[in-house]
Amino acid sequence: MLSFLVRRIVAIVPVLLVVALIVFMMTRFAPGNPAAAIAGNDASAENLERIRSNLGLNDPLPVQFGRWGWQLVHGSLGESFFLKKPVSELIAQRIEPTFALTLMTLVMTVLIAVPLGVIAAWRHGGWLDRMLMGLSALGFSVPAFVIGYVLIWIFALRWQLLPVQGYGRISDGIGPWLSHLILPATTLSIIYVALIARVTRAAVAEAMTEDYIRTARAKGVSETRVLIRHALANAAVPIVTVIGIGVALLIGGVVVTESVFAIPGLGSLTVDAVLSRDFPLIQGITLLFSAVYVGVNLMVDISYLVLDPRIRY
Amino acid sequence: MADTRLLSSVVAVEPLAPRRRRSLLRRVISNWSVRLGGGVLCVLIVAALFAPWLGTIDPIAMDPGSGNLLPGARADFNSFDGDVIPHWFIMGTDSLGRDIWSRALFGARVSITVGIAVAMLALVLGLCVGLTAGYFRRIDGIVMRVMDGVMAIPAILFAVSLVALFGGTLLMVIVAIAVPEIPRVARLVRSVVLSLREEPYVEAAIALDTPTWKILLRHILPNAIAPLVIQGTYVCASAILVEAILSFLGVGLPAEMPTWGNIMAEGRSQFNQFPHNVLFPGIFLALTVLSVNVLGDGLRDTLDPKFNKRTE
Amino acid sequence: MAIRYVLAAFLFGALVADAGHPSLAQETKVLRVVPQSDLKILDPIWTTAFVTRNHGYAIYDTLFGVDAEGKVRPQMVGEYSSSPDHMKWSFTLREGLHFHDGKPVTSADVIQSLKRWGERDSLGQRLFAAMENIEAKSDTTFEMALKQPFGLVLEALSKPASVPPFIMPKSVAETPSDKQIDSYIGSGPFIFKVDEYRPGERVVYVKNTKYVPRNEPASGTAGGKVVNVDRMEWVILTDAQTQTNAITNGEVDLIEWVPADQYLALKNNPKIDFANLVPKGSFALHLNRLVPPFNNVKIAQAALMAVSQEALMRAQMVHKDLYNTNASIYPTGTPYNSDKTSFFTGKPQLEKARALLKEAGYQNEPVVLLYPANFAVLNKFPPVMAALLKQAGFNVDMQSMDWPTLVARRAMKNPSTQGGWNAFITGWNIPDNINPLFYAPITGNGEKGWFGWTTDERLETLKDEFLVADSEAERKALAVSIQERVYDAAVLAPLGEYKQLTAIRKDVIGGIVTSPVGVFWGITKN
Repeated sequence: MLSFLVRRIVAIVPVLLVVALIVFMMTRFAPGNPAAAIAGNDASAENLERIRSNLGLNDPLPVQFGRWGWQLVHGSLGESFFLKKPVSELIAQRIEPTFALTLMTLVMTVLIAVPLGVIAAWRHGGWLDRMLMGLSALGFSVPAFVIGYVLIWIFALRWQLLPVQGYGRISDGIGPWLSHLILPATTLSIIYVALIARVTRAAVAEAMTEDYIRTARAKGVSETRVLIRHALANAAVPIVTVIGIGVALLIGGVVVTESVFAIPGLGSLTVDAVLSRDFPLIQGITLLFSAVYVGVNLMVDISYLVLDPRIRY
Repeated sequence: MADTRLLSSVVAVEPLAPRRRRSLLRRVISNWSVRLGGGVLCVLIVAALFAPWLGTIDPIAMDPGSGNLLPGARADFNSFDGDVIPHWFIMGTDSLGRDIWSRALFGARVSITVGIAVAMLALVLGLCVGLTAGYFRRIDGIVMRVMDGVMAIPAILFAVSLVALFGGTLLMVIVAIAVPEIPRVARLVRSVVLSLREEPYVEAAIALDTPTWKILLRHILPNAIAPLVIQGTYVCASAILVEAILSFLGVGLPAEMPTWGNIMAEGRSQFNQFPHNVLFPGIFLALTVLSVNVLGDGLRDTLDPKFNKRTE
Repeated sequence: MAIRYVLAAFLFGALVADAGHPSLAQETKVLRVVPQSDLKILDPIWTTAFVTRNHGYAIYDTLFGVDAEGKVRPQMVGEYSSSPDHMKWSFTLREGLHFHDGKPVTSADVIQSLKRWGERDSLGQRLFAAMENIEAKSDTTFEMALKQPFGLVLEALSKPASVPPFIMPKSVAETPSDKQIDSYIGSGPFIFKVDEYRPGERVVYVKNTKYVPRNEPASGTAGGKVVNVDRMEWVILTDAQTQTNAITNGEVDLIEWVPADQYLALKNNPKIDFANLVPKGSFALHLNRLVPPFNNVKIAQAALMAVSQEALMRAQMVHKDLYNTNASIYPTGTPYNSDKTSFFTGKPQLEKARALLKEAGYQNEPVVLLYPANFAVLNKFPPVMAALLKQAGFNVDMQSMDWPTLVARRAMKNPSTQGGWNAFITGWNIPDNINPLFYAPITGNGEKGWFGWTTDERLETLKDEFLVADSEAERKALAVSIQERVYDAAVLAPLGEYKQLTAIRKDVIGGIVTSPVGVFWGITKN
């Protein structure tokens, strides 16, 4: 098992390297002059040249990449052009809301989607199955911001049950923290639930056709136990896989949801950074999110060991 | 004996005999999902094509004096040149006095074009990458690592960064949305190629010194078409959504261009009082994406039920 | 299992990282304001952005202020005098002025602050050009000697129009004027809490309990600056809908600048009142006369002909009671307002514009129009202006960005196809354009001037003459000539005047001090 872990972790390295290369090339090849952005008012020719060589923008590309990579390995993500603070500091300031939002969304999604998928598989082909699958198709066809606005309109404005926007820090109390997160988390989960419910249904439905289900039923095992202990357990691998892959969808959704609900997290930081063409910030956030995605999928792979004893590495 | 078997298995991979093809087509069309999804989509495409004749005015023309009219209002539209056009604003106007119905209908052109263009670009590029990775063992490793890297960057983030850095032209937006979709297509094609490489007729073709491109074209490609088409519809649906999100965030197509995302972005600040700005294009968007998704489901069920397995 | 520990560590880290956030006692009065835009630049001398200027008025103090009637009144200065020919001036600071770090304010701090301001601000540049020297006579007294007559000494020192001469500690003011300061110690009624500043999210100020306000009622930027709350938080909400929702729910107390499309919703809202934080203002279209195509004055004039004030103002302000058109560059109801506006009428002259373009030899070069898409108080103008310009025959490239990026971009002198710009629209307050010397954008000294960098010697000469004119009649005549010159040189075009809406929670917020800038002292909260 240890060798498996080591092998998997080593396999991540080339992926992260490719990500770093892509992010680096994107920002270096983009038109527009970062030196001009930093110089601001005093954009005289000599000043621009000075800034360019200070930033090392005149060195050959591999040297620039090497230097950037070296900085990265030492934990420095550079300094934001406009806010004049280290990127890592800006990210640290805004990580709590995003983390809380994604966590709550994940929990809500799994708690809702998996049972829904199981039920749909159980009543495979029936009207309940069709309705649930229809709803799920709707779920990932409507954009997150439309869902968000509709939810705000109903729950925050008409019925005044929940706050309209913003984020309550945990240090200000659990109550505000929860109430501020419910609507955004619901908005995000709808899409994620649609995806997970579908996959759960497909995986469980397939598991239900296996021989061991017939055997279990023949043995007189209750239907619930059959569903959960046998079908779901065997469907766990594809479900968890999709949860991992879906993290990418989640991250994308976070960007939009934070914009609608004015949550000061990494998603809205991304939008700010992109609108102001703040390269170091864009680079840092993209790297972080990609690393998270890779990390989550690694954890998913490791979870296979627990979920499927047949898998031996 | 062996020769005839070899020969017959070579023959078996010819493009489907006309009789089988006809019944396949019939099967596809009689599928409920294909009918529903495809039907709605056709209606939308036809409406988009005939937009100028469906009670619309210039979608870019603005008349601030007629701003924020409610759906159903009948009023005069005063253009900058001084023309006065009486018009029935079925879906109301936005804050600059542009007719939402006109913009939504013309917007269908842009959104559907973007969706199809992105799908085709992603399919073509993904096909090339997948074919080479699956067929040529030596570069398979490195190509797939690169694809993994691209997949690791969340699609929206990638698209948003590309548009922000390289500009918001139509071409750039299409490229920006297509690039993150390439890895999945490549994976799909690669898995098809890998499963077919070991087949006897392919081995035979190699033994007979058939040039690589012929093998790829006549033996491998026909089997990849079905999954590609299915994936293409999903990519199309996703692309239409992503374009709307990009416009909503302010990093999409130029703001004057009527796209559903732009209409919603413009109307978002007055959602409370004038929800029609966001809801109507939202309905168009949801309907289109839904119908494409449903179409994709139907195609998958009829053309390639094993589809989900291939993308693992 | 290890995953559990990782998650726990993460949560713990998040909590610890937040330990710096104080939990507030029940009795602390917090005023929550939604500022007009995000505060990204903290140096009010370096930038002319209004939000930074408001930040400046919160934490810094000025030598003189301007009251509600437009009269200059001493603020930090206790006594002052000038020689009969107004060439020698003497100022003495009043008692009780201290910086936030406890050090007293001295003449040395004042002089250095004025020098730094004088390098950036156009009126300041003129003042220093006319100055022989300025020196400290003691810790609290300093004298200024002029070598040329300068009719606006007190007006310059009290100037609320960007950039005001804020007084900073000498060491901070020694930062070169082309760099931003990095220390935010001032002597004003609020203290800036750097440790709680989160760009894009919030800006925090606390009451300066050691501030000694003048013994007069507050009026404009003059009078006693009494702070009636313990803490002021600027909550950054860029979405207009979100702002409205937040003030309705009581999550914020005041919205500095309500976009017009929220007017009706807030008017009918029983919980909200409108306050008069800032009186009327105006909007203007500014052209870049340094780079193509507007470096050709005829092409630039054609662009001004495309302006339709009614369409533009209607799009942005929506309701007739919130705006009016005005073809003069000076505000209606002020002394220099005049209808002698050369070819400009404020009504669209699209045929004439098309003809002028042909005559000028326009080759379809792109016109880059900067578009602050999410800045609700300005974002309706660019689409309308782009449509008008297109109908006049221009090739328009409207580029989206956020407001702080626009402010940075308009400083670029490169051609518009290489990161520069050709046109943008911004707003001004009444004191900004009440006379030609206050109106920062009408410069003719090329690259040393305001963004747009027009080169027009005649304009500068007229302004010099205005400065030394002795009679009001002479000044009026010169002001009108300057106005005509502004149009002939196609520097800018006014788009119209607007009433700035400030929303407050009814029965909760009071004590609003009307001033040309947006000041937050004097406000009471129940």
